[in-house]
Amino acid sequence: MTTTLAHPAWLATARESATGWIARHGFPTRKHEDWKYLGLAPILDPAFRPAPNGGDHGLSAAVLGRLVPDLGGPRLVFVNGHVDAELSSAQAPPSGLTVTSVSSLLVADPARLEQLFAGVDGSHADGFAALNVALAEDGAVIDVAADTVVDQPIQLVFCTVGHDAALVSSPRSTVHVGPNSRVTIVETHIGIGDVRSCTNAVTEVNLAVGAHAAHLVVQNTPTTAFHLDALHVVQAANSTFSSQAFSLGAALARHEVRVVLAGEHAEVALAGLYLPAGDQYHDHPVLVEHVAPNCASTQRYNGVLDDRGHGVFNGRIVVHPTGAGTNASQSNRNLMLSDLAEIDTRPRLEIFADDVKCAHGATVGQLDPEAIHYLRTRGIDETTARGMLTYAFANEMVEQIELTPLREWIGQTVSARLHHAEVPA
Amino acid sequence: MMLHITNLHASIGGTEILRGIDLDIGPGEVHAIMGPNGSGKSTLASVLSGREGYDVTGTVTYNGQNLLELDPEERAAAGVFLAFQYPVEIPGVGNLYFLRTALNSIRRSRGLDLIDVSAFLELADRAMESVEMDRSMRSRSVNEGFSGGEKKRNEILQMAVLQPTLAILDETDSGLDIDALRIVADGVNALRGPERSMLLITHYQRLLDYIVPDRVHVLAGGRIIRTGGKELAAELEATGYTDTVREYRAASGVAS
Repeated sequence: MTTTLAHPAWLATARESATGWIARHGFPTRKHEDWKYLGLAPILDPAFRPAPNGGDHGLSAAVLGRLVPDLGGPRLVFVNGHVDAELSSAQAPPSGLTVTSVSSLLVADPARLEQLFAGVDGSHADGFAALNVALAEDGAVIDVAADTVVDQPIQLVFCTVGHDAALVSSPRSTVHVGPNSRVTIVETHIGIGDVRSCTNAVTEVNLAVGAHAAHLVVQNTPTTAFHLDALHVVQAANSTFSSQAFSLGAALARHEVRVVLAGEHAEVALAGLYLPAGDQYHDHPVLVEHVAPNCASTQRYNGVLDDRGHGVFNGRIVVHPTGAGTNASQSNRNLMLSDLAEIDTRPRLEIFADDVKCAHGATVGQLDPEAIHYLRTRGIDETTARGMLTYAFANEMVEQIELTPLREWIGQTVSARLHHAEVPA
Repeated sequence: MMLHITNLHASIGGTEILRGIDLDIGPGEVHAIMGPNGSGKSTLASVLSGREGYDVTGTVTYNGQNLLELDPEERAAAGVFLAFQYPVEIPGVGNLYFLRTALNSIRRSRGLDLIDVSAFLELADRAMESVEMDRSMRSRSVNEGFSGGEKKRNEILQMAVLQPTLAILDETDSGLDIDALRIVADGVNALRGPERSMLLITHYQRLLDYIVPDRVHVLAGGRIIRTGGKELAAELEATGYTDTVREYRAASGVAS
């Protein structure tokens, strides 16, 4: 393991404890409900080793600019899991907002880092969460003080650059949004080169009372990459959180979302779009825990599956005995473009409280032959007609993105991933 | 002769629905096909538009081309348009984007220049006014959430933009109140011209008060059993289909 900084005792202890946890519990297998469709053998290949810091990764600002739009606000760029100061934006963030990296904060204010990492308490959801703690060298730290409205979106870019060896990066990011504050975070995962890489990222989000955060994550890594990322959110009373995930790239991708609604009247809206084609595998385990009463949650995940693509939606809603007055809904719609594509959709509701509203539905279907015929009678050829209908299905998710440059970029990226997609000009 | 149908048979799932249709429609002529439910009216419209799933024999030539050999989009490029009885809702596809794609697909097939956005919008706005369609309908998805009357007006809008030379209107009057019927009929009448033929398929004579046909045909049991002028529609309205069908059976010795 390459270590570039001396760790304070609390961090060293956390890492050792995580390593010990893995030694005792191991990695998940298909016997675990949340991992049953995923063959992990290629990811656990011992040839992977942690990516070293620094060195000439060869990623220029010009190349980066072609891969991700600059949204103009604070931006942190991580290359192979380590922050790159040159590619990150230098401008000072508005007052009340701290945007920095774990490695910087470790030098500047280790006590604050310890507070922010307080959630790392020796219990881990699974072996990959523990591995992230054991290996994390860097990641983003976003700290929004109370009563602060951040207008510009904060951009986090994680880029894997292929060296000659198979590298694993383990960024660990922390977001704290203070009481009555508001922030938008856009996370992008990309890669260059066709060398096998493995990302095992964790982002923890903590929302104080009355805080509002919008989160977007775009995973557009090369189709040789293994990509695991987990978003863990804890919400206090009257907070709102939304997250939209676009799973486009990777050979094998798993985007996990866990939300704990810990304070009354908290609201969360989760959405996702996955487009596995070729031999891609896209897994979306989602868990929303209604711990506090009178909270609301929605889950809307849509998939377009082509070729031998395999998608999994594993959506759980747990209403604890304390969660009276819960209003939860979940929907998962899938469009199958190929007979060989596979979708496993599993809505799971576990309700232990009274006075609860829970709705869920899952659909799996093909393009509507009546709609194809209708378009053809108007002179539109079959390939174009299918492309128009496919894009329309995916676009339902894209058009919900409020930031215009981001919506346009994701729209183009989605259509480039869809075979024959016909995009309105 | 523009449309020339000879001995057209069509069956679906082994059931024969059209049992030998002969019909000629000349340039600029408007013909009506009337008939009871289940007589094969909508099947005739579907077969002419190129819907898959039918076993079809006989010949249909249109301007000398064998229509039955063409895909639906090739028929559209050849100038054929079907106004659907039940227009399909297409969520997520904007109405005008759809219409411009259709118009440019047809223009491309005919070797014409593509029409740009501003020229198209001008054209579409004029067409929308002609069917009294609100401008807010511009950005709505194709037929999604449209009322029955709005869907039928949207069919006429498409016809006005695509300017077919053979328009087949399948039960365009069904589900319309009197105001909507007038708007639709005005839209259709505005498109009448010496180069455009029309085939109106309807159960009721009501539509033919607004769009006066040159010829009226009665379809029953998959055959045209009677043909006459516009006065035939009024006669059918007064006597119903039953007498006409009975007389035909008696005269031709057909059992049912």
